[in-house]
Amino acid sequence: MKVLASIISAGLSKFGKLDGLYAREIFAEAAKEAFENCPNLNPKKDIEALFIGQMSESYEHQGHAGPLMLNWVGLNGIPAFRVESACASSSVALRVGLMAIMSGLYNIVMVGGVEKMTHLPTSNNMEILASASDFPFEQWHGATFPSLFALMATAHMHEYGTTEEQMALVAVKNHENAFLNPKAHMQKKITVQDVLSSKVVSWPLKLYDCSLISDGASCVILAKHELAKKFTDTPVNIIASTQAQDSLSILERESLTTLNAIKLASREAFKMADLTPKDIDVAEVHDCFTIAEIIAYEDLGFCKKGFGGKLIEEGETKIGGKIPVNTSGGLKAKGHPVGATGVAQVYEIYLQLIGEAGKRQVNGAEIGLTCNIGGSGATATVNILKRGD
Amino acid sequence: MNIISIEQFYNFCSQKKLMGVKCEECNALYAIPKPLCINCGSKKLFWIPFKGVGKLISYTIVHIPHPRFQNEAPYILGIIELEEGVKLLARIKEVKIEDIKIGMPLKIDFEKSENETWPNWPRYFFKPI
Ligand SMILES: [Zn+2]
Repeated sequence: MKVLASIISAGLSKFGKLDGLYAREIFAEAAKEAFENCPNLNPKKDIEALFIGQMSESYEHQGHAGPLMLNWVGLNGIPAFRVESACASSSVALRVGLMAIMSGLYNIVMVGGVEKMTHLPTSNNMEILASASDFPFEQWHGATFPSLFALMATAHMHEYGTTEEQMALVAVKNHENAFLNPKAHMQKKITVQDVLSSKVVSWPLKLYDCSLISDGASCVILAKHELAKKFTDTPVNIIASTQAQDSLSILERESLTTLNAIKLASREAFKMADLTPKDIDVAEVHDCFTIAEIIAYEDLGFCKKGFGGKLIEEGETKIGGKIPVNTSGGLKAKGHPVGATGVAQVYEIYLQLIGEAGKRQVNGAEIGLTCNIGGSGATATVNILKRGD
Repeated sequence: MNIISIEQFYNFCSQKKLMGVKCEECNALYAIPKPLCINCGSKKLFWIPFKGVGKLISYTIVHIPHPRFQNEAPYILGIIELEEGVKLLARIKEVKIEDIKIGMPLKIDFEKSENETWPNWPRYFFKPI
């Protein structure tokens, strides 16, 4: 096992409806936490580049996020890169940051993500998010983002007998976890009945099967492994980071019930870390819709194909279960400011591995995994993190 | 006519023809026209007519519509596996929501293109045979 780089600090803004704040200011909130938690770091002197994930300039009519975000966190002059991969924007930014360190170009970089979404009406949000699907062959024919995942859900129900109740249980669990997370968008426990009786968005998906449109930002400071101890006693090592792609349009995929990009990325990640799914103590996976979390269980190898519904039913993915998933509350209840999500997942695993996850701490967590997808699964990234010694 | 492009695909649709793309080297078929074969990398691709019939392999009832379809909600969106073995996503029409079933045979039909600026593509949809 090789350490690709170490996380020496991390920050997360409050997730939610952050009225009166621009994306740049929300990102500064996350950066402040990361800087404050790492007193040995002199950001202006030590950080050599910024990699920032942001999905869309349509939200604030604002492009050129690289220098903008850099300026707002007090770091002028160094190179800044904006990375776009839909909902996987910041986890792909993290991989670019990793590559920059592994290439030897930089020793310390900041990676993060941000999105400000809640000021726009739902219909605008739907249109902006739909832009991550195929325009001439999906959007043009009336596909919305929820409808693409609904097509996967119907197929999963048909093929494996997965039920609407099982999907609802994902939402119930993630709301329970978000209840313990002071930064989560929604701190409200819900019941299976609440999910089943909520407004239909795109059958079989109801409103409570869908993640939240949120504002928020995330960041981590990455350092070359050998330098990490100079900055912190509790580094977290990235021991695998992989990415795979699939067709943008779901109609070109062999199966509607599997996200092949997750399968490919995770297979490679486990190989890279020399681990198996059984070794993972805690995971943050992409639950943009409840069905996505069930498919992720299967494609990551936490259970056999078709048994994702059973896994949630048996409570194995709750805190205290065999493999706690989305202890943060997930995209479902912590919130899903698309550009911020990938690194926000890494932030949660970082907290878990340094033992700072508060009431949602998984006892003795040493190895964690994140799985972030872009769009309807055309991009998948997987990271495996290990507590440093 | 031999240009493989999305524009050309929709030009065929305006003539009420569903055309697919076939690779001369490896015989791979594409419903979304591709300039390069994903299977073998060949640049030798050509149009072939598809029958426009297939079966429904998944569906959803869209209640909160795409802004372009505001007046149609709730509408049925499906994935149709064509006889040729490739798939399309389209609205399913002329069937009641309670009668929709995975596996049901469907055939394509075409709408006139809307009077808008780009993209002024004619839409296809599927209906029971
Ligand atoms: Zn070929």
